[in-house]
Amino acid sequence: MSIIITRRSLVAGAAVGAGALLTGCDKIIQHPEARKILFMGEEMQRGLQRALTDRNALVPEFSAAQMSPIFRSNGTRNPGTPAYTEMLVNNFADYRLRVGGLVDRPLSLSLPQLRQMPARAQITRHDCVEGWSAIAKWQGPKLATLLQAAGIRDTARYIVFTCADLYRGTPYYESIDLIDAFHPQTILAWALNDQILDVAHGAPVRLRVERQLGYKHAKYIMAIDAVASLAGIGKGKGGYWEDNVDYDWYAGI
Amino acid sequence: MNDPARPIATAPVTVIKRHRIATRLWHWITAVAMFIMIGSGIGILKAHPRFYWGRYGANFDQAWTTLDQWPGWVVTLINLLTIPASYNLAISRRWHLFFALVLSFALLGFMIVSLFNRHFQRDLRVRAGELAPREVAHDVREHLALRFHDPKRPAAYNILQKLSYVATIFILLPVMILTGLAMSPAMDAAWPWLLDIFGGRQSARSIHFIAMVALVLFIIAHLALVILAGAWNEVRSMITGRFTVPGHVPAHTGEDAA
Repeated sequence: MSIIITRRSLVAGAAVGAGALLTGCDKIIQHPEARKILFMGEEMQRGLQRALTDRNALVPEFSAAQMSPIFRSNGTRNPGTPAYTEMLVNNFADYRLRVGGLVDRPLSLSLPQLRQMPARAQITRHDCVEGWSAIAKWQGPKLATLLQAAGIRDTARYIVFTCADLYRGTPYYESIDLIDAFHPQTILAWALNDQILDVAHGAPVRLRVERQLGYKHAKYIMAIDAVASLAGIGKGKGGYWEDNVDYDWYAGI
Repeated sequence: MNDPARPIATAPVTVIKRHRIATRLWHWITAVAMFIMIGSGIGILKAHPRFYWGRYGANFDQAWTTLDQWPGWVVTLINLLTIPASYNLAISRRWHLFFALVLSFALLGFMIVSLFNRHFQRDLRVRAGELAPREVAHDVREHLALRFHDPKRPAAYNILQKLSYVATIFILLPVMILTGLAMSPAMDAAWPWLLDIFGGRQSARSIHFIAMVALVLFIIAHLALVILAGAWNEVRSMITGRFTVPGHVPAHTGEDAA
């Protein structure tokens, strides 16, 4: 035997190897190509889920007894801009939800109009990307109802939400595809736990897109636009977090 | 220094083929993937280092364990292992969700191949009598005496080895994958039974964490035993497939632990 390896050198070698692998992980994703491969994981997860599971499957709904005692708020807790504060002071009397983009009949809906639309109530689980979950009851019209009322065109591929809260000086924005937009549990909630939606949770209207993580559930929605591509939105990845801190656009896992 | 890895020059040795290519390939893919999964998983854990039982769980709810209850050396260790080194939830998730697919499909492939090439049936199947208390006690004594290979069948796995491999391959890794899927809101819609078997999403997250700790303990024991059993010989047998055994052994014993 010409190769003689002692236990000590093997342990040391393993430790050095582990250390090299760790720093290697941080180094390798500096490379655009490696980064591209790693970021393909999102498309693989989305593709597998869409291919292997029912696209219309409903998330589990819970009973009132199963709800979280306290539903924590996260992200923006109050947009605090002069325009938002003015709306809030007037109890959102001047609020108008604009539905536009690739639609035949752009809409401008007041809060009473939204509340008069047929609503869906659902007790669902909210999963934050950080790992926590909370169960609450949400109520509001289906997004599909609004998109159909506006006459969404065949060329539309994504729905973009523009919000009243500012991140780095620009309004928060998020987007979803039409599979999630037309999902029966995707609603524009104006009530939480049988109360009018409060400021911390996204008043007057926030999105519920139940099969995705919390950051997709845009709060303080001001405008809904149907678009053919995400290229012109923000930096092109479809949302504030996606554009600025590498979060997945598809947050179904 | 009496190193079992270093055969005595005069003793006759036989080189046998031990691990098949599928086993070796899977082993190393899984080794790298597990390392990345643990590191990136710690990164994700740090975003909300509290664990709950049941369907929901957030800051106002009762946690059964939180990071600030853990001993300092554990926190130091997990800080050392975190991928990426500086906290970045988005990048930890990118690593985790990419290598989750690598780990899962490698396991699936390995399971299919090992059924067909009979690795599972031949080498991992626990045989009648092996679980008898007398046999297990004998194997425990052999481990304590640092004798890991049966001289009559040096390539075969001993019973403790079989049980730990079976637990890892057929219980821990599948539990890891299924609890991981149970944390996906989209998968919970498609496969609601995931929530039923683990008792809710936050229970699944806790079980994911506990199974990870069990896997880390397995890895520590596995590495320690590889070193004690003769590090170079064992590692080489997992790289090239060739394994050196003392004495003259028939080319094929009928019991090859690939």
